[in-house]
Amino acid sequence: MTFLAGPEGPAAESGWGHEHARKGFFTDTSICIGCKACEVACKEWNSNPIDGSLEILGSSYDNTGALGANTWRHVAFIEQGQERIDEARESGRKLVSLGMPGIGPKTSGPRGALPAGDLSTADRTAPDTPEFRWLMSSDVCKHCTNAGCLDVCPTGAIFRSEFGSVVVQEDVCNGCGTCVGACPFGVIERRDDGTVSPRADRSEGIPHEGTANKCTLCYDRLVDGEQPACSATCPTQSILFGDHEDLAVDAQERVRDLHGRGMTEARLYGANPRDGVGGTGSMFLLLDEPEVYGLPPDPQVPTKSLPATYAQAGIAAAGMLAVTALAFLGGRR
Amino acid sequence: MSVTDFDADRPPQPPRRRRRGGTGRRRRSLSEVGMGDGSREGALVEDVEFERSEEFDSYYGRPVVKAPPWRGPIAVYLFLGGVAGGSALLGFGAQLTGRPALRRNARLTALATVGLGTVALVEDLGRPERFLNMMRTVKVTSPMSLGTWIVSGFATFSGVLGALEVDRLAGQRLPLGPARGLLRISEGPASVGQLVLAPLLASYTGALLGNTTVPTWEASRAHLSYLFVSSASLASGGAAMLTTPVSETRPARLLAAAGVVGDLVSMRAMKESMHPLESEPLETGRPGRMLTWAERLAIAGGLGAMLGGRHRVVAAASGVALLASSALTRFGVLEAGLESVKDPRRVIEPQKARLAARRAAGITDDSITTAG
Repeated sequence: MTFLAGPEGPAAESGWGHEHARKGFFTDTSICIGCKACEVACKEWNSNPIDGSLEILGSSYDNTGALGANTWRHVAFIEQGQERIDEARESGRKLVSLGMPGIGPKTSGPRGALPAGDLSTADRTAPDTPEFRWLMSSDVCKHCTNAGCLDVCPTGAIFRSEFGSVVVQEDVCNGCGTCVGACPFGVIERRDDGTVSPRADRSEGIPHEGTANKCTLCYDRLVDGEQPACSATCPTQSILFGDHEDLAVDAQERVRDLHGRGMTEARLYGANPRDGVGGTGSMFLLLDEPEVYGLPPDPQVPTKSLPATYAQAGIAAAGMLAVTALAFLGGRR
Repeated sequence: MSVTDFDADRPPQPPRRRRRGGTGRRRRSLSEVGMGDGSREGALVEDVEFERSEEFDSYYGRPVVKAPPWRGPIAVYLFLGGVAGGSALLGFGAQLTGRPALRRNARLTALATVGLGTVALVEDLGRPERFLNMMRTVKVTSPMSLGTWIVSGFATFSGVLGALEVDRLAGQRLPLGPARGLLRISEGPASVGQLVLAPLLASYTGALLGNTTVPTWEASRAHLSYLFVSSASLASGGAAMLTTPVSETRPARLLAAAGVVGDLVSMRAMKESMHPLESEPLETGRPGRMLTWAERLAIAGGLGAMLGGRHRVVAAASGVALLASSALTRFGVLEAGLESVKDPRRVIEPQKARLAARRAAGITDDSITTAG
């Protein structure tokens, strides 16, 4: 028994039929410059309130911290030395030797951010910081094929859109918070006093206070035929928006290309439909292990084992009934 | 070195702040940086030191997953829901076996606890005024949804039975009018309905917490329901021992003793099945202390029930100990889960371990990270 979506895809299984293509993001972190235009565009378009009180977090150039109720795009900054770069290259190479698809012919991808040819010996370091690299990655809701948040929502406030994305209806959500614990990526969060510190002089109040909030894949823009605010604004095309199928092909080609040019640290995150969440709508090209970016290395949607969990709850309930019956039989005198 | 005459008017400046040692992670507000008057630019970020442990990486030690915003009221609900479920079972048994005082007290306990528990549940919502939105739908993939229907049904049946008992207590002087007849007719169906929903009310909360990605709860999902029905059994047995004369509470004492055994055994089994990083929050800190005391009180209450249960005072004291034990168990398990998300190691390490185990077993096609 399973509660998971089948091969038809999440939108088709939700009753939307087959005429809608699944939309998604492909975030190629190898060409992200960390400008945070996506964060700004997202906040602007969705009118999300401020997070924290303008504090400096002391984590490289990241003062946003993490995804949350008010932050639907988050640019991570990681600083690494040569030793770590070598390790990342090695761990990426291991993925290939695990029986993953082999390295294809060298092709020059459409996003020619890097010069063609073998890059393993190319000097890619900044002028005055030898043996050093910055990893920059714009994180976002994964819009999972099997979305934990959607599955556990007791009010039906979270729904699967015709674009295959997962969207919260703020006017239905009653803020029970179950979805927050069900997300394997720590994306969705309840917007309340614990997470928001509005500035004292703000008079307009907090929109959608007390309800769960997360990236909607700019549902309001998609229905008007526009692309999401973050991908529209991304100046390097690190964030690509499009049909999920096409993006997956692009992503695989890009990794093959980078591997072929010696950047074996490149790997895909979320492009495998057999993973713990059935593949994600937002795919990423990473240059190190996922946990370095704050992503879980083996996310599993709770719904996957829910039939077994229910069975345990049922057996436990039956056991309690039986023990009570025995207590009364033993107490008869 | 002054350049203009106006510089002489500059107020005395504070000495330059000494940089403190330690981690570079301390939060600094903008007003702390520099002199505040723009006269000198301060360093915004302290010198970065690479702190790289060999065992694991994380993003600046920040959490990977988030805990649901469930606090005290939810733990109170878990406790009261358990007492309500167990009490309903005791009430049904008492009705069948002719124990009127136990029947009355158990039914009233069930009504009071499920009522207070529902209030606690609603209180913890972000938008309490929308709590009825839970009744828009029935979702099998949501333990919260099924649980809401279990609670609502249980509360309705408990209301009928509770009203009957209050009416009997008041010598049928409640101004019920024709509703009294209706209540009497519904006593049978209501008590059967309560009987069906009661054990589910006690056990579904295990699935509710287990069906999350919170490391300690996720790892306990196969055992949590057993722990919770055991805790509910000992608590409801304790409640009956507290409220009811000893002549009628022998089944309650047996149920409580069985609950204590189940509680101890399932807690042990649960911890053993977990990754050490996942079970650590159950054993250390505040939740660890609460669970230790829960165990001690359960043993004390169980022994009191079996050895001195015929003595009214000992029975009542044991009942209180058992109730306290159950409450501490619920608070401990809830807080251990909330604690477990704070350290990203508790998410990353077990996940890496299970991924490596699958790879070692030859399953290499289900990783979220792929080479292309």
